[in-house]
Amino acid sequence: MQLGVFSVGDITPDPTTGRTPTQHERIKGLVEIGKKAEEVGFDVFAVGEHHDHPFVPSALTTLSAYVAAQTERIIFSTSIAHITTNDPVLMAEQYAFLQHLSDGRVDLMLGRGNTGPVYPWFGKDIRDGLHLAIENYDLLHQLWRTDVVDWQGKYRTPLQGFTSTPRPLDGVPPFVWHGSIRSLEIAEQAAFYGNGFFHNHIFWPSTHVRRMVDFYRQRFEHYGHGPRDQAIVGLGGQVYVRPNSQDAIREFRPYFDVAPVYGHGPSLEDFMEQTPLTVGSPQQVIERTLAHREIVGDYQRQMFLLDHAGLPLTTVLEQMDFLGEHVLPALREGFAEGRPAHVPDAPTHASLLAARQQTDATSSATSSSTTASESEVPA
Amino acid sequence: MTRTITVVNGGLSETSSTRRLADQLGAATTEALRARGVAAEVTTVDLRERAHAITDATLTGFAAQALQEDIDRVLASDGVIAATPVYSGSYTGLFKSFVDLLGQAAFDGTPVLLAATAGTARHSLALEHAMRPLFSYLRALTVPTGVFAASEDWGGDGDAAGALAGRVRRAADELADLVVAREPKRVVDEFASAPSFSDLLGDLRR
Repeated sequence: MQLGVFSVGDITPDPTTGRTPTQHERIKGLVEIGKKAEEVGFDVFAVGEHHDHPFVPSALTTLSAYVAAQTERIIFSTSIAHITTNDPVLMAEQYAFLQHLSDGRVDLMLGRGNTGPVYPWFGKDIRDGLHLAIENYDLLHQLWRTDVVDWQGKYRTPLQGFTSTPRPLDGVPPFVWHGSIRSLEIAEQAAFYGNGFFHNHIFWPSTHVRRMVDFYRQRFEHYGHGPRDQAIVGLGGQVYVRPNSQDAIREFRPYFDVAPVYGHGPSLEDFMEQTPLTVGSPQQVIERTLAHREIVGDYQRQMFLLDHAGLPLTTVLEQMDFLGEHVLPALREGFAEGRPAHVPDAPTHASLLAARQQTDATSSATSSSTTASESEVPA
Repeated sequence: MTRTITVVNGGLSETSSTRRLADQLGAATTEALRARGVAAEVTTVDLRERAHAITDATLTGFAAQALQEDIDRVLASDGVIAATPVYSGSYTGLFKSFVDLLGQAAFDGTPVLLAATAGTARHSLALEHAMRPLFSYLRALTVPTGVFAASEDWGGDGDAAGALAGRVRRAADELADLVVAREPKRVVDEFASAPSFSDLLGDLRR
């Protein structure tokens, strides 16, 4: 089980003090959160791409590379990176470059992201969002797996004899997750390629999350990637934890009440009941999080949103220390309990490399290529 | 086969005149369907009870369970009776907020009976100027007779009360005719009809 931290990098005034962090502070804060995530025992650190106010994370590979240089173990992901408005050629190159710098500690969560006004800033139209997600990813997938690409599509200039540079580390492309809240087409896309499916989960009732994940699992099996319980599933979650649950509620409520996404709406209690938000004691967080398996089955990645709604960096780092000490070990143990042996872990560079070497060994008589790996996608 | 009719009551006070009108329309529709040999199951959704949940859903993008059940009920109905008080010449904000949560396709081809209440007859055209355009936009099959009731319709004047009962009956008959003429509503399961990715990709590769 991979446990991670994901952030959208919002700049929100602290409602208890009225203070708003500067962009510089927030960017440096994200670095601190990434380093702390490794220090306290998280496996993954992911930041979501944004180009509009009030968010700062516009350059994810720059951020990841900077944190990668100061860490050794943690995996960098994205939550999410835009497959719609980014050029897939540039993405193929930048994330492969990051893969080399970080010694393979990178995967990607792709999504459509963005609101209507953002698309034109990158020369795109939101009405093409779904088709952009399909075409761009299909090209990205190909660029990482085929050394010389001839390609023609609808949304970018054709490629003739193009090789994206650098080639993926060890010839193993970064693992890709597709993040979607509502779009069945994106769950279908994840299933088609045998990639991971991530449901943000944090604003959604479990009935909906269950249906989305069930659909993905069923289509994963349909496309021949293995039985449905071997599909790769990730969920989001959000927690605020204190030794005493009353303290947690009291401290978090003012942030919840005016938070940009749910503030002035449901009560904290209602929202906790309807979504995975858990504000309380370590035991409550542990029990609630482990119970997510009842919704989606045994899954591979659990991400937590910790730094939002104006919570100051010091509080976020304290939360992380506390989670590392009192929650993560119990979660690891709990998630391992009763998990069938045939349910895979989330793919990593090491596991994908080992799998490829095994495939190469069995087919070495016919090929000596070390750069082009075979696509696992059905034709 | 039993047909389902959902009454959306936008009345904002307890024992509101809108609820009273909605009840009359529900009962008259049941009767009109029975006269056509069709059993009806009539359920009322009181928006007042969901006022907070409707606002919350507008802000968060998802509905609390009880509200979601109401939404699902409306979406699955063979016919809908939509009743609202008139404020400032139109349906109330709460009524519109609920309709906004139903989605673009909620009323595609669904027979809908429009009803409204107000203090004076001066508001009576709100049905035609506000309610009917809203439901036309949503591609509902609106019943020709809309039922408007002002304070005087409930009053002691026997003629006025009789006139309201007549309008209720006529509108209920029209709704029943439309419901009976149509196939029972089938709610499309989006998960069952999701497009195949091979097709999506194929469209782009062609």
